[in-house]
Amino acid sequence: METVLQHPLFIPILMTLIIIGVFPLLAGYLVLVERKVLADFQVRLGPMRVGPHGFLQPIADALKLFLKEDILPSEADRAIFWMAPVISTFTALSAFAVIPFAPSLYVADVNVGLLVISATSAVGILGIILGGWASNSHYPLLGGLRSAAQLVSYEVALSLALISGVMMAGTLSMVGIVEAQRSRGVWFAFDNFGLMLVPFTVYVISAIAETNRAPFDLPEAESELVAGFHTEYSGFRWALYFLAEYANIFVVSSVAITLFWGGWLRPFPNVGFLEVPLNYVFPALLMLGSGAGSFLLLKNLKSSTQKAVLAAIAVVLITTGLLFLIPAVNQALIGLFWFFLKVAVMVYALIWFRGTFPRFRYDQLMNIGWKYMIPIGMGAILVNAVVGIALANPKF
Amino acid sequence: MMSSVPLSWYLILSAILFGLGIAGFLFRKNLITVFMSIELMLNAVNLSFVAFSYHLKQVDGHIFTFFVMVVAAAEAAVGLAIILTVFKNRSTLEVDEVDSMKL
Amino acid sequence: MLETAFFYLFALLTLGGGVLMITRRSAVHSAIWLIVSLMGVAGLYLLQQAEFLFAVQIILYVGGIMVLFLFVIMLVNLDQAAKERQFVKPWWVALAVLLAIGGEFAYILRTNTGAFRFAVPVEQPPPAGGNTEILADVLFSQYLLPFEIASLLLLVAVVGSVIMARKRA
Repeated sequence: METVLQHPLFIPILMTLIIIGVFPLLAGYLVLVERKVLADFQVRLGPMRVGPHGFLQPIADALKLFLKEDILPSEADRAIFWMAPVISTFTALSAFAVIPFAPSLYVADVNVGLLVISATSAVGILGIILGGWASNSHYPLLGGLRSAAQLVSYEVALSLALISGVMMAGTLSMVGIVEAQRSRGVWFAFDNFGLMLVPFTVYVISAIAETNRAPFDLPEAESELVAGFHTEYSGFRWALYFLAEYANIFVVSSVAITLFWGGWLRPFPNVGFLEVPLNYVFPALLMLGSGAGSFLLLKNLKSSTQKAVLAAIAVVLITTGLLFLIPAVNQALIGLFWFFLKVAVMVYALIWFRGTFPRFRYDQLMNIGWKYMIPIGMGAILVNAVVGIALANPKF
Repeated sequence: MMSSVPLSWYLILSAILFGLGIAGFLFRKNLITVFMSIELMLNAVNLSFVAFSYHLKQVDGHIFTFFVMVVAAAEAAVGLAIILTVFKNRSTLEVDEVDSMKL
Repeated sequence: MLETAFFYLFALLTLGGGVLMITRRSAVHSAIWLIVSLMGVAGLYLLQQAEFLFAVQIILYVGGIMVLFLFVIMLVNLDQAAKERQFVKPWWVALAVLLAIGGEFAYILRTNTGAFRFAVPVEQPPPAGGNTEILADVLFSQYLLPFEIASLLLLVAVVGSVIMARKRA
């Protein structure tokens, strides 16, 4: 047993299994959060029936998708039609391999980590255009072509934004990038007198376009193209596309967090006296507060089974909050806590954008990409390079 | 650790790949497939550059490969624009039929 | 041992993809097999510790050039062409040229096998920083002028393709 735990491949394999096993569930809950938050923006309630406040809705949705009929269009190119969603899901999930969740919780720390993520997202484009083509139908083809043009255009802006961050870190390894932020004592977003916020903004806008989300969701604009490239997909294949989409959202958020917002680091990573309030009190208060809030919601529920489920959730939250007060457990979990908290904030912002901005026209989308994002990204590289050198050599 | 795969294997693989590229270039009638065969040939050359570079423990081969990739990207952009223009003017992409210098 | 196995795997991907690329009727299928072949080449780069080129190969070739190819294939309608004859008329000329080149390769590889035996380089520790950093150092010092020329070439290509694709007034 000891030898198994000590084996160098133990953590990578464990992480791989966890990611593949847990992420579909996480994606389901991302959908629930998205529906709930959007409903809140539109003063609705969102899903309420399955479980307390719709808590079990994702499981019901997954069951429905598994049981649905799998339709293959008669004129479709069978092999490619079958393969395209697999490409999308495979590439989206393989990007997780290089994301560091906590100081030692990652599958691999390769020295071209960021490029590997770019590469997986580049291959992911193929899943979309091949799916659109293989359906042999007009709307999917148009959606696929649109998304190919959009993704290729915004990939340039995305890479330019990433270069600014890589320049600060001096390495392409994802772990190395976080370590560089620890040694500088500041998250890159606030470095260079806050100038790094410019590439971060470019990154977020391009990332929204890369993940095909509103306000840049033209490849699947419902009012124009039915559902874009996945119009002809149904059941399990459609679920694979869906999984890939949410995995991509999670990946772009994780990259933004790792590159600009310090990865698993807490705020002010080098200020010692903030250790206790930020690493112990804050997470405990957050969890205990959520647990207490859940208890308060109990009295509004009528069904007794729903009450039981909500009470169980509340107890789990409170137990987790108390666990954060034990130093040994805290040491192990705090990196994970900060990482997921920041990713959650980022994902919330993406949902917020979706609820706020109207969809752009296709020419506006291309204008934003080529005439604003790419020049701003290049300018940010220049300015950050100069300021970075000036800060490093005070005499300069 | 010395490599267990000898250099000659890489070179033979590269030669076969280059041959495949030539075969596609010479035999295929569709302009786009002809163009893709050129990419195959470029990759064969890149492969032997990297193989030499690895065995001589120098990075110059990598740099050459990098430049070849840059040129391939430029070539693809211009070449595909030409293919689109040809298709617009003649509505065919058969190399046998695109044989007159003017429209 | 593992390295040899991986070499065979990637070589199979590369050559199989190449053969299928030049034989498929549909241009989209050809492009997909070319992608498989390019992935095999990327794997071979990784096997030879060229991890930067591995990533660039996938980002640039698969994510850039091949997407552009697929884009053009989908823009031009090739359904009719896929039903017709796939090979050029003077196929015997092509065959003769191919045989000549193949014979040349075989001859050179056979007669000059001795030239490929390099002295085993002195076992030196790999320089700190990894492949990408070394590459960057060499690229931006020794190869600075070619680098600038390459960027000029890209600029020309961008302008050229925009002008060519523009609607004629």
